[in-house]
Amino acid sequence: MSDAINKNNGFEPRIVAFFCNWCTYTAADLAGPARMQYAANVRVVRVMCSGRIDAQFIVKAFREGADGVLIGGCHPGDCHYQEGNYKALRRMTLLKRYMTSMGIEPERLRMEWIAASEGDKVQKVINQMTEQVRQLGPLHLEPMNVTEMHEHVAKENVTVVQGGTP
Amino acid sequence: MSTVDKNPNGAPKIGVYICHCGINIAHTVDVKSTVEFAARLPHVTVSKEYKFMCSDPGQELIQEDLRSGKIDRVVVASCSPLMHEPTFRRAMAAAGANPFLFQMANIREHVSWVTNDKAAATQKATALIAAAVERVAWHRPLEQSKVPVNPNVLVVGGGIAGIHAALTLADSGRKVFLVEREPTIGGHMAQFDKTFPTLDCSACILTPKMSSVRAHPNITLWTYSEVDNVEGYVGNFKVKVRRKPRYVIEDQCVGCLDCIEACIFKKGKTPDEFNVGLSNRKPIYVPFPQATPLVAVIDPEDCAHFRTGKCKKTCAEVCQREAIDFEQTAQIKEIEVGAIILATGYRVFDASRISRYGYGKYPNVYSSLEIERLVNAAGPTGGEIVMRDGKKPKAVGVVHCVGSRDNKTNKYCSKVCCMYSLKLAHLVKERTGAEVYNFYIDMRTPGKGYEEFYEKLLKEDVHFVRGRVAEVTDWAMTPEEEGHLIIRAEDTLIGSVRRIPVDMVILSVGLEPQTDHEDVRRMFNISCSHEGWFLERHPKLAPVSTFTDGVFLAGACQGPKDIPDSVAQAGAAAAEALALVDKGYVQLEPNTAFVQAELCSGCHTCINLCPYSAVNFIEEKHVAEVNGAMCKGCGTCVAACPSGALQQNLFTDEQIFHEIEGVINYV
Repeated sequence: MSDAINKNNGFEPRIVAFFCNWCTYTAADLAGPARMQYAANVRVVRVMCSGRIDAQFIVKAFREGADGVLIGGCHPGDCHYQEGNYKALRRMTLLKRYMTSMGIEPERLRMEWIAASEGDKVQKVINQMTEQVRQLGPLHLEPMNVTEMHEHVAKENVTVVQGGTP
Repeated sequence: MSTVDKNPNGAPKIGVYICHCGINIAHTVDVKSTVEFAARLPHVTVSKEYKFMCSDPGQELIQEDLRSGKIDRVVVASCSPLMHEPTFRRAMAAAGANPFLFQMANIREHVSWVTNDKAAATQKATALIAAAVERVAWHRPLEQSKVPVNPNVLVVGGGIAGIHAALTLADSGRKVFLVEREPTIGGHMAQFDKTFPTLDCSACILTPKMSSVRAHPNITLWTYSEVDNVEGYVGNFKVKVRRKPRYVIEDQCVGCLDCIEACIFKKGKTPDEFNVGLSNRKPIYVPFPQATPLVAVIDPEDCAHFRTGKCKKTCAEVCQREAIDFEQTAQIKEIEVGAIILATGYRVFDASRISRYGYGKYPNVYSSLEIERLVNAAGPTGGEIVMRDGKKPKAVGVVHCVGSRDNKTNKYCSKVCCMYSLKLAHLVKERTGAEVYNFYIDMRTPGKGYEEFYEKLLKEDVHFVRGRVAEVTDWAMTPEEEGHLIIRAEDTLIGSVRRIPVDMVILSVGLEPQTDHEDVRRMFNISCSHEGWFLERHPKLAPVSTFTDGVFLAGACQGPKDIPDSVAQAGAAAAEALALVDKGYVQLEPNTAFVQAELCSGCHTCINLCPYSAVNFIEEKHVAEVNGAMCKGCGTCVAACPSGALQQNLFTDEQIFHEIEGVINYV
């Protein structure tokens, strides 16, 4: 395990990804048999829809020590469940605002639309994001900030989903 | 790390099984060290490795440990759950365990196949295994609900694939709805004269099948119709079909064609779609004499009555069956089916997109589909291969790979063009005696009897030039070239550029997805490849299934295919659909949402979020409630619930939180 960590001044970011089962997760499955090589820094948590991704999951990932979080959902209009991806987008947009005020660079959270056929996009996005987070360096969080953000997110959830439809 | 005391499962006993997948995983991931690592994770009582976990002996490893009580839940680290999750769940159920106390770590597709660096791969695999272990500790036993399946099947597209699928299903006793957009079924195959490599007559093998469709008591044939809307899910689709007005009452028309004869237009003025514009048709027409159903159709764009309102309506006058109905409007038919087969076919590449080949500029440059009509005995020239001036060509050039294997248009090989080019070369040679030149990049003739057909052509004095054609021009450089089309190509076998004068050029156009593939795939909730071909669930193991359960693919809508392949795939799709509807029920993935009523504050946040109206508000209790039968398991409402009252089976907050901890906390 030492090899990976010793490169690039010793910093190898750890990125947690949340991939939709129907699009990005499948695209990553497609990249495999095609042997598309990409950075090993992204660790995937599978969800049925990007709409399932609670802002608290992302905060949790940062709190546990992730240097970045990547979300993969279906292209607009292509959601397997009609519109879960729009809901996810709204949550992420709001969350990014909180992140900035908490001193977390918004680049550490990235959302991408990747269709089931786009294995090459998985490769590209993961490589790009790994490099970007590597440049940013490790995420150092003040414990206070994160707790505060967690509370904000939990409290503001109502605002995030107001309105029902996009 | 794991909050053992809070876990409702008490102290779970987790078995971890790490697969080598031959060398697919073991070549990159240090399996031994991951096994040792997993053994030290909380609650892990068994940690093993095996060459092929999905094999019977691999599954038996798990089953033995379950039966002996060493473990009560399972993590398998191997390939994608989309590949083998059902396999391992079945194995667990067979050993008497609840199949949902299971989690997979994808260390092949997501790790060993995409990472060269062994240390990094092992590290990532370790993290994913830890995440699965942390997560599975929080899994709860679940039951799958059984939903009855509607036994009817919808087939979309009436080409050879749709026809074969419909007949197969109908013969087995299922009711089939066959929906075709054009006024007749038959598709592209109906336009061909001969089929390769046997050179048997296309119509002779197709039209009996078309008649069978029409006559079959189990098939409802709706031509000139399109699917408007699809709702529901596997086993229970609700489909709206729009029957476009043909202004001829289908049940009353007997196909005598008197109306066409009687039309005030003495000659056709509209380019005939079936003849690819090589002849004209009247405003009232049948696409071809063997059209099925043999029912006339009026094109309101051209009909004098619809355009001016001043027609004598001679067609209606002459019709003894009173079948003409100018007041006809589109009808919406609502049907319920258990399975859907998409067989929407392809379109041919538009050759005018490659301007240097002169299609649309020089009258004697034809697309291969036009030549198919010219060689057809029922075609515009009665099967005579003549040019637009009526003369027979003395030299003909066949240009392969037009719109295929070309970075500027389509990168893929259209698979059928080499063979149909050889077929056309043979037919042109046979009927005209002309010198025929084939310009090819590679000759691709894999298939039963295909290479032999190529051999036969080589002996027929057809010329073969290996090289992509640079251009087709009428700019003569020598007196011999005057009045001819000149094909300029590099002959890579002799290493020089050649100019070959010909009278007629045939552009062997490739196959492309239908223009409306995006709308169709959205309607049926399936995916497309980059090019627009419908995406199969697995390229090898589920080639006719899609990511939407109950929707299957047949024929060229999934990718370029010749007739035998399309028919074989149609049979496979019919068998898959039959396996689904004959079982009588489907078991749904139990990943539905549920409300913990004691936590629900009645804030209504979730109610409007659900696109399926599965979340209702119970006024008297002042809480939300999820209708499990309507919930499709996206979890959008769960993520939005401010009080955590909504949860999703298989994806609870606890399970995902622990997966996040596992994926990041160990390595």
